[in-house]
Amino acid sequence: MAIHSVICVKQVPDTTQVRIDPDTGSLIRQGIPSVINPFDLHAVEAALKFREEQGEGGSITVISMGPPQAEETLRKVLGFGVDRAILLTDRAFAGADTLATTHALAAAIRKIAAAEPVDLVICGKQSIDGDTGQVGPGLAHRLGMSQVTYICGLVGIDPEAGVIRAWRQLEKGRELLEAKLPAALTITENCNRIRYASLPDLIAAADKPVEVWTVDDIEVDRTKLGLKGSPTRVNKIFAPPVRERGEVLVAAESSAADAAAKVMDRLTEQGLEMGLAG
Amino acid sequence: MPDETKKTRTSAGKNNADKASDRKASAAKGRRLRQRPKGKIGEVWVVIECEGEVAARVSWELLGVARSLAADLGSRPAAVILGIEDQCQELSRQSFEHGATAAYVADHPALVPFITEPHCQVLAALARKHSPEVILLGATTRGRDLASAVATEMETGLTADCTALEIDPESLLLRQTRPAFGGNIMATIITPGHRPQMATVRPGVFPLPETVAGATGEVIVSKPRLAAQQPVRQLEFITNPEEEVALQGANVVVSGGRGMRQLKNFDMLEELARELGGVVGASRGAVDAGWVSQRRQVGQTGQTVRPALYIAVGISGAIQHLAGMQHSDMILAINSDPTAPIFDIADYGIVGDLFEVVPALIAEVKKRKAAAAKGGGAAAKGGSEAAASSEKAAGAETATAGSEKTATATKNGDSETVTTS
Repeated sequence: MAIHSVICVKQVPDTTQVRIDPDTGSLIRQGIPSVINPFDLHAVEAALKFREEQGEGGSITVISMGPPQAEETLRKVLGFGVDRAILLTDRAFAGADTLATTHALAAAIRKIAAAEPVDLVICGKQSIDGDTGQVGPGLAHRLGMSQVTYICGLVGIDPEAGVIRAWRQLEKGRELLEAKLPAALTITENCNRIRYASLPDLIAAADKPVEVWTVDDIEVDRTKLGLKGSPTRVNKIFAPPVRERGEVLVAAESSAADAAAKVMDRLTEQGLEMGLAG
Repeated sequence: MPDETKKTRTSAGKNNADKASDRKASAAKGRRLRQRPKGKIGEVWVVIECEGEVAARVSWELLGVARSLAADLGSRPAAVILGIEDQCQELSRQSFEHGATAAYVADHPALVPFITEPHCQVLAALARKHSPEVILLGATTRGRDLASAVATEMETGLTADCTALEIDPESLLLRQTRPAFGGNIMATIITPGHRPQMATVRPGVFPLPETVAGATGEVIVSKPRLAAQQPVRQLEFITNPEEEVALQGANVVVSGGRGMRQLKNFDMLEELARELGGVVGASRGAVDAGWVSQRRQVGQTGQTVRPALYIAVGISGAIQHLAGMQHSDMILAINSDPTAPIFDIADYGIVGDLFEVVPALIAEVKKRKAAAAKGGGAAAKGGSEAAASSEKAAGAETATAGSEKTATATKNGDSETVTTS
């Protein structure tokens, strides 16, 4: 079965130095070194694996919504042997929260699917900047695809039955799910090991274009995009509250045993109930 | 779509414009929030996550939060229970004991085991019908998954992984505070113009509410119509070994980091944890090194814990780790590097070689326990200790689930200001 996968990737800031636009409350990403969201590389790996397993005719499209410089991220993904890259970039998308992001991405994926039907949409489990994990499942719902999130192991695609089977990590265990295609997946870091890009793929990638789509290229309700289409607003941004530094003993100055005794005294004073604890 | 068969509330049809004008009027008169006439503002819902008749602990933590938010809104806290009949009955009983005054119950075979799509349909239909002001879910795998689908379906705002929730006294909006950028910044998010306001909350961030035995409330039952065949189905479920799920709700957590150097050194942490009636956790460093299962990871990408005592051994204290343990009542750090950031947030610290300090701590704990057993009323006390310890051994999670922590908070006043006022 020739599987067409669409991978969604995000360019994220590389550093912890983040600035905030005081007027809009949005994050300013200019001037901060960027990388591909690490979880998205596991999504790329999953798509490459499917294409190998399912044999000839499969294809992979990668899409990213972001500023023009997100092209770098798409170039990197092309280097893994991905067939097609689309950058969705327009001022109209700026300041989007996760809901507005799913409107734009879903419209773009519908356009991709109109030319070549999409079997799988694959995302990383979450981005390291927003940490929400909301875009993947949001896309699944908006596109009406089977939703399978937080995948920790891919069993594979059963082309006869038109299903995909995957293990999903839960707090108290893991479950094996079977989902009808088309499906939208989010992939955790435990799902696979990321390969190194091969030299032939890297060379081939140099000649591949990154297609640029603006809001004019997709069919979408513009009032649902960007900051004005976002139901959430950043009200305030502040440094995390810190606990105060407590009492630090240096074991070397006395002995480990003395330090241990002293700490146990303190903990007991503070109410740790030694008798019942054991 | 669910088809209501029992009671419905009279306020459900109120539209947003009415609500807005109510708010303005209220603010103008300077009335206290809780004196507002009932039924003007939507409820605060908590979606109860469950496996059989056992709810996820975070669902009860959220009912505690919902109660306080509802009080500030002049509304009521309600549990939403989607499952099968007996399970729903038992869970609504428990929800009332944990502070809900109403329970929306929908039972249908397609709701068990949990699959996103039918849960999303039922929850969205209930929300459309009853117009809750707020919907809270645990920031668990299923909670985050379901919340995203429902927020998309309802075209409303969703804030992930909140660590603080409060009602703005002026606007009556839910102020949702969460860490972003790996915990380097905190952001307060609001959803001004869309309802419901949705948020997921990490397990362990809020304490369990006190339970009221025999508490009751209104049960609103609906019989959803759902397709028997769903596009996703569960083929198999494998429960984690008991020891691996005990991190949540543990009274004492002893975590090791990269400083542990190798797998076998975790044996002494196991011993210390055992002596203190706790469990062993780990930093990401120890997990990445392959010494400990990811299920035991504490931190931004692991679990959030809130034990009475957290002991960090050989953990430098990256901000991502702190995000998962800084709400602990007491923190003890052991590290050879006096400049390790973990000391900046620890209540007590020992700078030294952990391979000397940890054995010394174990010896000290043993010594004190022996002395306590020998002391006054030794026979009776020893008996109760044995009972307590065997109960813990049988299931650390259930043993502590309903009871108060044994240690008192030292610094919680700073870190946990918003919800309990």
